[in-house]
Order: sequence, then structure tokens, then C-alpha cells
Amino acid sequence: MNAFIKAISYHLPEKVFSNEDFFNAFPEELGHKENLLKTGVSERHIVSSHETASDLGVKAAQLLFTENKIEPSSIDFLLFCAQEFDHFTPTTACIMQDRLNLPKHCGALDYNLGCSGFVYGLSLAKGLIESSGVENVLLITSSTLTKTFHKKDKSSTFVFGDGAAATLISSRDKSGIGKFIFGTDGKGKNKIIVKDGCARNEITETSFVERTDEYGNITSDANFYMNGTGVFIFGLKTVPIVIADLLKKEKLTIKDIDLFIFHQANLFLIDAIRIKAGIPENKVFNYIDQVGNTVSSSIPIALNEAIKRGVAKPGDRIVLTGFGVGLSWAATVIHL
Amino acid sequence: MNIEEFTQKLETEFEEVEPGTLTPDTHYKSIKGWSSMHALIIIAFVDAQFDTILNGGDLKSASTIRDLYNIVIEKTK
Repeated sequence: MNAFIKAISYHLPEKVFSNEDFFNAFPEELGHKENLLKTGVSERHIVSSHETASDLGVKAAQLLFTENKIEPSSIDFLLFCAQEFDHFTPTTACIMQDRLNLPKHCGALDYNLGCSGFVYGLSLAKGLIESSGVENVLLITSSTLTKTFHKKDKSSTFVFGDGAAATLISSRDKSGIGKFIFGTDGKGKNKIIVKDGCARNEITETSFVERTDEYGNITSDANFYMNGTGVFIFGLKTVPIVIADLLKKEKLTIKDIDLFIFHQANLFLIDAIRIKAGIPENKVFNYIDQVGNTVSSSIPIALNEAIKRGVAKPGDRIVLTGFGVGLSWAATVIHL
Repeated sequence: MNIEEFTQKLETEFEEVEPGTLTPDTHYKSIKGWSSMHALIIIAFVDAQFDTILNGGDLKSASTIRDLYNIVIEKTK
């Protein structure tokens, strides 16, 4: 049997933070509004303080079940990809198994990845289905990154949004998920990091000392930090090579691919990558305008929208590429 | 591409600066509203025009447009 993506649903938190809200909060940013709009973000959804990544994930999964008439009892394995888990222990996926009424024979595990997480999840689901006799894998990706921002971190506030996606990977005769390219560069760990508050560094008074970067973004070691320029350079250097390697591995060319969906980091970066990789504009689908960069859920949300709008059709061959925190990246080709 | 053309094209990419604001000797990080987006615009512009990717150190060490141009020329030799 072969693994394929059978259905995707997603859930966004209720609260919307529009660009108008952003410029009201940071009026000094109005001076380069046009440049900020190049990121492609008009609004983003923000999680409330009492909601967790697993809450968003449970809602996305419940939507998946009702929208696609899927019985929770049919799920054999739950994969939960996030960076903000409910507790140090137990595993959040185990708690979600109960909340979603998944059967007790269901396997469940958490894994911690950011923007590359969805593609890694597909590879794990494919492995389970094609080599472990599992039939239905529920992959939930979720991010509540906005909770970790310093309230004066302008760049992160503008680009990121919260949200979760639930994807059902099932088995069929025809191949639905192709080969993978994986990559990791832990030397780049400091490019995207929340330094303090976990096992390596405890929270101390110095964790909250404010630091300002060369572009006027303020953060602290207890908050999320991203070196935007460094990540941009990483994406531009790495992703076109990953695409070329994947196509070579699959013995395909850009002409054979119907659609490319990249992690929705920001439109300006995606377009620079597209140009460098030699991909025509009409072969790339983006969905960032209403949601921002939703980390591990950005690819399934965009794929869901591409399917809804008829841009991605049954039989299409689609390249998915995730890249980000770690540094970590992965790409694959799916067949709808 | 000579330095005048480099400066002019970069100014077009920046969009929100008055035409004629940038000269080869402009300290580009001092332009009004300098932000990380400007740095990304420079990196994407240099990659598209010269097929070379600047690194963080290049951007840190360059003060003027001329410094930037010289780094690009050196990297593409």
C-alpha cells in the first residue's frame, strides 16, 4: 500500500490582528509600509492567553472529522508537531488521543519542529503506512508562536500568525507521497531561538533584559528571537538546491511539476527563491495574506486553499518544501 | 554594471525613498526608515543581478553603497 494525503482542515484562533492594528501599535513603521507589505501579510490570527497549541490542534482535527465525515475510531496513529507543548510530561499527543476520542490502539507521539515540520510529518506517516501496517495517520501541526514574542518585536509581530492544521494520511494503491530530501544544520541554532526557560537555561532575572537588534526590534532571552536577514540568506542559499536535488532524485524536471508550495515564510523570500530556482510564477501557490506565517501549518493551510480554489487538482504533482528553525529543511513530491 | 547604475537600481528597489536620494557615498543604513526589509531587498537584488548571495558579515562591514558595490564586485571576480 502507498500513503497519500486524503484530507486537510485547519483552524485559526478567533482574534484577528490586522495591519491597521499593527500600525496603530507601531506608528513609526508607517514610514516603510510599502516594504513591509512585500511580506504579503494583511492580517494574522492571534491565540488567546488561555489557549494552547494542542487546543488549536484539537479544533483542527474535529473540523477534519466533521468536514470529511471521518470517524475518530478509524485513526491508527497521531503525530503532533508543535514547539509549545502542554506539559514537560506527559506527551501532549497522548492527551489529544483522549480529547479526540481516538481509539486505544492508536499510537501517539509529539515531535518538535517548526517550519519544516509538516514535510517531516508526511515522511513519518508514509513510513508508518508503507512499512508498519498502519492505515490512517492523523498529522496535527500547530503553532502559538505569538505567545513567545516580546511585545516590542515589530518584525515577528508583523509576519507570524497562530493556527493549526489537521491532515489525514491514508493508504491506497497508487503512490501519493514520493521521495524526500532532508537537511539539518544545527550550527544555525541561534538564528531562530527562545533561549531561556527550558532545560539548557533556566529563567533568571537576566532572561528579561531587553536587547535591541540593528533594525530596532526588541527582544530578550525569555522571548522568541529571529535573525531575519540570516534566515533569508539561509532560505535563498538552501531551498533552490533542495528543489534541484529532489527533482533529480525523482528524475523529474520543473516542467513535470504542476505546483510548488513553499513554507509561507514571507512572500518576498518565496519569490526570491522561486526566481533563483527558475520556477515560473504561475506554478507557485501562496496563501499568507489572511494568516501570516503559521510555522508548521503554513504548507497544509496553503495546500488546503489551493485544493479549495481548484488550483491543485486530483492527479496533480505538487512539490512541498519546508525550511526554518533548527536549522531544518525537507522537501517531497505529492500526488493528489 | 557600473556603480551609478547599481545605485540607481537599488534606489528603485527600495521604493520608499525619493528619487535621487541615494548616491554611491550614501550611508545606506542611515536612510529614513531603515529596516530589516531593506537588508533583504539588498540581498535579493544582488542575488538576482549578480547571482551571488551576500552574507551577514558583508552587510555589517559595508557602510556606503560604494562599499557594498565593491564587495559584490570582489565576490563575483
